[in-house]
Amino acid sequence: MINKNEVRQLKIEQSLIKRHRSERRFRRLGLSAILLSTLCIVVLFTDIISKGKGAFKLTYIKLEVNYDAEILGVDPMVHDALEKDGAQPYALANFQGLIKSALRKRFVDVSGRRLRRELYGLVSQGASDDLRRRLIENPLLLNKSETLWLVADDDVDYFYKNSDAGGTVSDRISEHEQDWINDLSQTGEIETRFNAVFFTQGDSREPELAGILGAAVGSFLTMLVTFFLSFPIGVSAALYLEEFAPRNRWTDFIEVNINNLAAVPSIIFGLLGLAVFINFFHLPRSAPLIGGLVLALMTLPTIIISSRAGIKAVPPSIREAAIGIGASPMQVVFHHVLPLAMPTILTGVIIGMAQALGETAPLLMIGMVAFIVDIPTGFLDSATVMPVQIFLWADSAERAFIEKTSAAIMVLMMFLIFMNFLSVILRKRLERRW
Amino acid sequence: MPGSILVITLIIMSMIAYSISYHRSLKIGESLGGIRQLQSIPFYYGMRAVIWCGLPSIALLLLWFIFDDYLINTLILADLPDNVRGDKTVAKNILLSKVRYLADGSLPWSTGDEIYVSVVERFKALQQLSNYMEATVILVVAALGLCWSALAITPTLKARQEVEKFYKGVLFSCAAIAILTTAGILFSVAFEALRFFQSVPIEEFLGGTQWSPQVAIRADQVGSSGSFGFIPLLTGTLLISFIAMVVAVPVGLLSAIYLSEYANAEVRGIVKPTLELLAGIPTVVYGFFAALTVAPWIREVCTVLGLEASSESALSAGLVMGIMIIPFVSSLTDDVIRAVPKSLREGSLGVGATQSETIKQVILPAALPGIVGGMLLAVSRAIGETMIVMMAAGLAANLTINPMESVTTITVQIVTLLVGDQEFDSPKTLAAFALGLALFLITLLLNVIALKVVRKYQEQYD
Repeated sequence: MINKNEVRQLKIEQSLIKRHRSERRFRRLGLSAILLSTLCIVVLFTDIISKGKGAFKLTYIKLEVNYDAEILGVDPMVHDALEKDGAQPYALANFQGLIKSALRKRFVDVSGRRLRRELYGLVSQGASDDLRRRLIENPLLLNKSETLWLVADDDVDYFYKNSDAGGTVSDRISEHEQDWINDLSQTGEIETRFNAVFFTQGDSREPELAGILGAAVGSFLTMLVTFFLSFPIGVSAALYLEEFAPRNRWTDFIEVNINNLAAVPSIIFGLLGLAVFINFFHLPRSAPLIGGLVLALMTLPTIIISSRAGIKAVPPSIREAAIGIGASPMQVVFHHVLPLAMPTILTGVIIGMAQALGETAPLLMIGMVAFIVDIPTGFLDSATVMPVQIFLWADSAERAFIEKTSAAIMVLMMFLIFMNFLSVILRKRLERRW
Repeated sequence: MPGSILVITLIIMSMIAYSISYHRSLKIGESLGGIRQLQSIPFYYGMRAVIWCGLPSIALLLLWFIFDDYLINTLILADLPDNVRGDKTVAKNILLSKVRYLADGSLPWSTGDEIYVSVVERFKALQQLSNYMEATVILVVAALGLCWSALAITPTLKARQEVEKFYKGVLFSCAAIAILTTAGILFSVAFEALRFFQSVPIEEFLGGTQWSPQVAIRADQVGSSGSFGFIPLLTGTLLISFIAMVVAVPVGLLSAIYLSEYANAEVRGIVKPTLELLAGIPTVVYGFFAALTVAPWIREVCTVLGLEASSESALSAGLVMGIMIIPFVSSLTDDVIRAVPKSLREGSLGVGATQSETIKQVILPAALPGIVGGMLLAVSRAIGETMIVMMAAGLAANLTINPMESVTTITVQIVTLLVGDQEFDSPKTLAAFALGLALFLITLLLNVIALKVVRKYQEQYD
């Protein structure tokens, strides 16, 4: 008898050990799932930061430039005549020639056509625009010399920035070019500075001259349209559905619709925008106005759903008290319910805006993928937005664009994290628990 | 008068209308012994004036904006001078835009354009007339509204009721926009898709195994028709979604279980925002990560293992898409698990089950419908995802289930067919709308089922 009980006891203990072991195993499994997702974030961010941190610096080369009228090919008489005709000042002038002669002067011993062409590749194609700007600002510089820091070519930039770190030899830089760069760096005639170009310019074919300001302004304009459409419309719709709608089939239908729209792929909204706004109403392509309209339709369900949650959370006692002292239903809503629900509503709006700010696919449909150099100034200008700019750069062949892409991602993520942070703060600070 | 000035004038007039009616109602109230004697407080008389002054005029402005060009175009076309009408080389819409550009100076006059002089003059005159008429009519309507609303104020006028009725109408129309959007999607996409099915039979679209939408420019070229078989796109989409779900479901599910059942408040407070951060990363960033980091890495691993992998593989897109969906799965599952009543949990623990046994044998079965619903939503999301596959999966429509090969998806094809120059009559462009319709219907079906399941489950425990 005793023996039997002992055996049973033993069996139970053994099974307990087994069960506890499986308990621990399960727990560890859950923990590792969480660690895995955190790991993904860490890998993603370190990858992007390590790829993009170089883009915040830009390499400049110091050169003594002589604004030689002969090289420029500027005949004062012809020039004046051209300017009277409304042509851009120095439109035909050969500023590239100035840079070439300055480079020849710096590296006197370089001869031969091929070598010289390599030499000319040290300085960016866009540097001549800088010279033109300087000469227009100060016409007295003609036939005089000045020492300038000019933007280096993207391959030089890449090589110089990375040679500091580990001395990686790039296959896009020849040995001659390496020698020249080392020569320049020994005399301090090449240096990296903060990349102001990246934050003050629009897109460009040359990686070293490409900036995100155009895309950022485009994003801002688009978001402005999205916000001013989706916020009032979303809140109004939520108010109607929560406070005024009679419980009938129509309201049910609207509800089902909203829940479905929240899960419709974003690209479908792009198709809608293309078919309705562009083909039917003939609104201009690539305009922030259309982008904003499409994104507003896309974020509307998110805002409606979170606004409804906020309105629902306001306790009925508030409504009853207001009605008790004689407020009309509309006054109850606008004087009491809405202000109390506002923190939750705003949280939802910020999350919806963050979603819209990172959206790419529907904007591709309505033509916001064009290569646009100018910074947009109005809602009907051609523009692109930050995520689309990232997509465009990621598609580019030049390696220097990888760096730019990562940097643009960092800037975009900064905005998004800021918005998320704001919504968390808002929720913590203002939300009331009833 | 340009539109913006007109709008600003209208806003100012509405403000004036508010102020006039407000003060007038105050005055009327005072003469009767205080505003108590009025039916509504002065604010509502003011708002009523704003509605009467602003609403009709804004509506007119919109109508004018929509029909203005159309009217001018028909007038111009109806009365073309013979020498222009004889110029059969230009189509009507090209002629109209030419006239338009000549009139506003964005197109310089060139030789041979002399015949257009009279048309352009007439166009300019009509445009000016339209502008003048627009400004006059709208301002007169606004002024009438202003005067009438001020004069109509009587102590018994139910201003509040009228204004609130208007508010309610506005709120309702905002809610109705959701229906309009759905209808807009359905009609615009279905309409173009139907046009597509006129040139390509629907059986060929649904049953074809060849997708090469390149349509030749001339009809007599070889392969001029292109082939529009939907099957390779569907298998590609499903393959990538399947890989994504293989990654996302276990990881998302287990993290949700850990967060809701094991983790203390502190861990929750850190991990939840981190997962939300993962959810907030734009898809284009994931795409970049997939194309530039994960894809080369996979290829390296494959060469080490002696496998062959193309540079754009379904695997890299699927893996990264899985990472993207993890927070989606985990937050949906978390909600569902937390909705399981405490009594079930306590009952199970009370009879001696360990925590993991409780989870596996009580909570998960109870939460299963909700979890399945969440999974369906996640699948619908994976199917509709565009940027990751666009950047990492490639364009070749291979009919394969080998994850190392490059496949293409419905969304990628929609984008590639529509980006760039497009003619709205070619089957190539219309095919994008047919694909859009298919995508919409697939995701709609998944969503409807998922929402039904989730809702039914919620009712069960409420």
